[in-house]
Amino acid sequence: MADRTVKLSIFRGDPGGGDMVTYEVPTQEGMVVLDAVLWVQSHRAPDLAVRWNCKAAKCGSCSAEIDGFPRLMCKSPIDEYGDEISVRPMHTFPLIRDLVTDVSWNYEVNKRIQPFTPSEADLADPQPWRMQQEDVDRVIEFRKCIECFLCQDVCHVLRSHGQKDAFFGPRFMIRIASLEMHPKDAADRRPLLRGEAGVGMCNITKCCTEVCPEHIHITDNGIIPMKERMADLYFDPLRFVAGKLMRGRE
Amino acid sequence: MANEPYDTVDTDVLVIGAGGAGQRAAIAAAEAGCQVLVVCKSLLGKAHTVMAEGGMAAALANVAGADTWEVHFQDTMKGGKLINNWRMAHIHATEAPERVLELERWGAVFDRTREGYIHQRPFGAHTYPRLAHIGDRTGLEIIRSLQDHLVHMPNIEVHMETTVSSLLTWEGRAVGALAYRRVDGALVVYRAKAVLLATGGAGRIYRVTSNSWECTGDGVALAYHAGAQLQDCEMVQFHPTGMVWPPGVRGILVTEGVRGEGGILRNSRGERFMVNYDPERMDLSSRDVVARAINAEVEAGRGSPHGGAFLDISHKSPEYIRRKLPSMYEQFLKLAKVDITKEPMEVAPTIHYFMGGVRVGAEDGATTVPGLFAAGEVASGLHGANRLGGNSLSDLLVFGKRAGDAAAVFAQDHAGPVKIDRAQVERAIEELLGPLHRPDGESPFALEEELRDVCTEYAPLIRDREGLEKGLERTLELAERAARCSAGGPTGRAFNPGWHTAQDLRNMLVSAEALFRCALERKESRGAHARRDYPDLDPKLEAVNMVAQKSEGGMACFPVEREPIPDELRAIIDKKFPRFELEEGS
Repeated sequence: MADRTVKLSIFRGDPGGGDMVTYEVPTQEGMVVLDAVLWVQSHRAPDLAVRWNCKAAKCGSCSAEIDGFPRLMCKSPIDEYGDEISVRPMHTFPLIRDLVTDVSWNYEVNKRIQPFTPSEADLADPQPWRMQQEDVDRVIEFRKCIECFLCQDVCHVLRSHGQKDAFFGPRFMIRIASLEMHPKDAADRRPLLRGEAGVGMCNITKCCTEVCPEHIHITDNGIIPMKERMADLYFDPLRFVAGKLMRGRE
Repeated sequence: MANEPYDTVDTDVLVIGAGGAGQRAAIAAAEAGCQVLVVCKSLLGKAHTVMAEGGMAAALANVAGADTWEVHFQDTMKGGKLINNWRMAHIHATEAPERVLELERWGAVFDRTREGYIHQRPFGAHTYPRLAHIGDRTGLEIIRSLQDHLVHMPNIEVHMETTVSSLLTWEGRAVGALAYRRVDGALVVYRAKAVLLATGGAGRIYRVTSNSWECTGDGVALAYHAGAQLQDCEMVQFHPTGMVWPPGVRGILVTEGVRGEGGILRNSRGERFMVNYDPERMDLSSRDVVARAINAEVEAGRGSPHGGAFLDISHKSPEYIRRKLPSMYEQFLKLAKVDITKEPMEVAPTIHYFMGGVRVGAEDGATTVPGLFAAGEVASGLHGANRLGGNSLSDLLVFGKRAGDAAAVFAQDHAGPVKIDRAQVERAIEELLGPLHRPDGESPFALEEELRDVCTEYAPLIRDREGLEKGLERTLELAERAARCSAGGPTGRAFNPGWHTAQDLRNMLVSAEALFRCALERKESRGAHARRDYPDLDPKLEAVNMVAQKSEGGMACFPVEREPIPDELRAIIDKKFPRFELEEGS
């Protein structure tokens, strides 16, 4: 292992075009793909653009497509790959340069989600809040999200169909879920889910769950319950009839 | 290079850095009615704060009813070996609880006690279980809660992936900064009525560190060049438990929460060696003591195979470990192929935190430069000679808020138009673009590696005069070479890491120089600063902090006496508090 070299092919280019460029990289035990990319940067190509921060799978900055699979580079040990490894930028977001893409759309989406909103009574309560661990546990899973946007990258609604105007994507489905299921949140985001967030666009292929480095069950625990909440409000036949009757009475 | 185009952006308060302190400060200044602009080197939410694991110290008394601000104050002062700014320690201990509860009201989620209150875990050198936490990813929770609060405030704007290269001053007052956008290399001049530094520490000046790439001491360098005083720069914390094996992961943090949850340190003979170093507090002694203990075991030939100690939590149930320490479980399984529910971890000290930094006022985070404020790791004073685990996250919130409030008041008191010195801007631009115009200079990556070797070798856990002098000499020599370095390769400005690294390097060199100078000046062993040639604590030096400042002949370093501690606070430090006994099942 210690003396092995790998052929690392990295996409080099900008919106005007680019190519895969291959670098020979010496490896050492425990090395991850990010280490190899940074070795190339400091020894072969000082202008190789790459985002990274913590190198400990906690910040979600170094997302890329390694041998075609969306992953965090810092959490991808070299020894899980063959002698040739390809690294490309995320496909779903506009390219800036080399491995860096423009993910600003995600930040814009987040601003459109109503933030945490406690009830008037809870806000006015001068005592420290009480919540039970089991209620907190429901949202803990979603709050593990490190915003690597790999789920957004792999989601075919965004990736293949480019429908960023119709669907907020898996990351923001679980963001909404984390608020909707928060024991102290009192807002109703079901109109948002049905409307511009577009929860109906997801057809549950679970690709997002598969790539999540935090192992969040995005589809099963987040998106499906959100679909159900939205359906309860808008498509429940009993509620539909009751709604008609109420309106008749007015 | 003259007449390089730049955008000019005006704001009331310019916040540099978007970790916990920067975000909390921005919220405070915005609440006070100011227009706030936050600039950060990375994307929002990626700051080093996300790596904080164990929790946030606050005397909420949810687990130990006897906990009060007085006990927290005593723990902090004793941990800091009494060179802390006592007023900061006082403020911190009294205000941390309200900052934690406030964060909960902004949507943060913490683990709960059986009664439904915020749960608190035991941590090193805290008398009582005191750390509000959520599993082992408390930093992420704090960042995300602040971030989601902040992005919905209409008078806060965030400029992500923007690096500040120089502060601008007008008649001695901080009035803005020169920065560049990483994405396209465009230059920006920020004009502000007040400037607040929240740039974190400088862990990257060492080879083995738990710190993210951003921790290059930017704020310390910016403040220093603007004329501000630095303080206690010799106080660099080695976290006792970083990963050691395999080499690719060396330095990554292993949370003190492992020991807080019952993890035990052992040497290669299976002995619980902490009994020889701190029989009372054992594995939960302060970080300086545990780090030196591991070091001593290794030097005595009782280290683990890769030069560390074993840390074992496998006596707890696998379910408990996975619930309380989920990211540790995942980190070891994925990166070291070790299942911590079954086998011990191998750990060794790793550079973690800078107690030293910019000298600030206790109440308001004001530096010695008018209009310039600092909060969080970049500032100095609260932690003295050694920081207790969990005191950093509460520091960010308590002093982030205070500095933000004070910056807002300063901005409102100086509401007139801000004047910028054009010649100063031109000089700063010339310096910033230099590496792109020197194709034949040395590589900043190589120089950075050399600096890491110098700090690692000459400012280690245990230091001496000879090594420190050598380290200082090498740092000054590196600074001369760095001033002539090249970005290397193509000279485009769009997302060019060679160029970015040249900027980082310039900043790192200031922190390294201040470290060596202050360490030479402090001729004793105290807290994180241990000297082979002065192995004992010198009681006379309890009264002083080492201060570094720009002068005619370069960096000057001298001791400055603190204001003496009032008797009533002194009495609290000497008070005896009952020990905590864990209730069955809690």
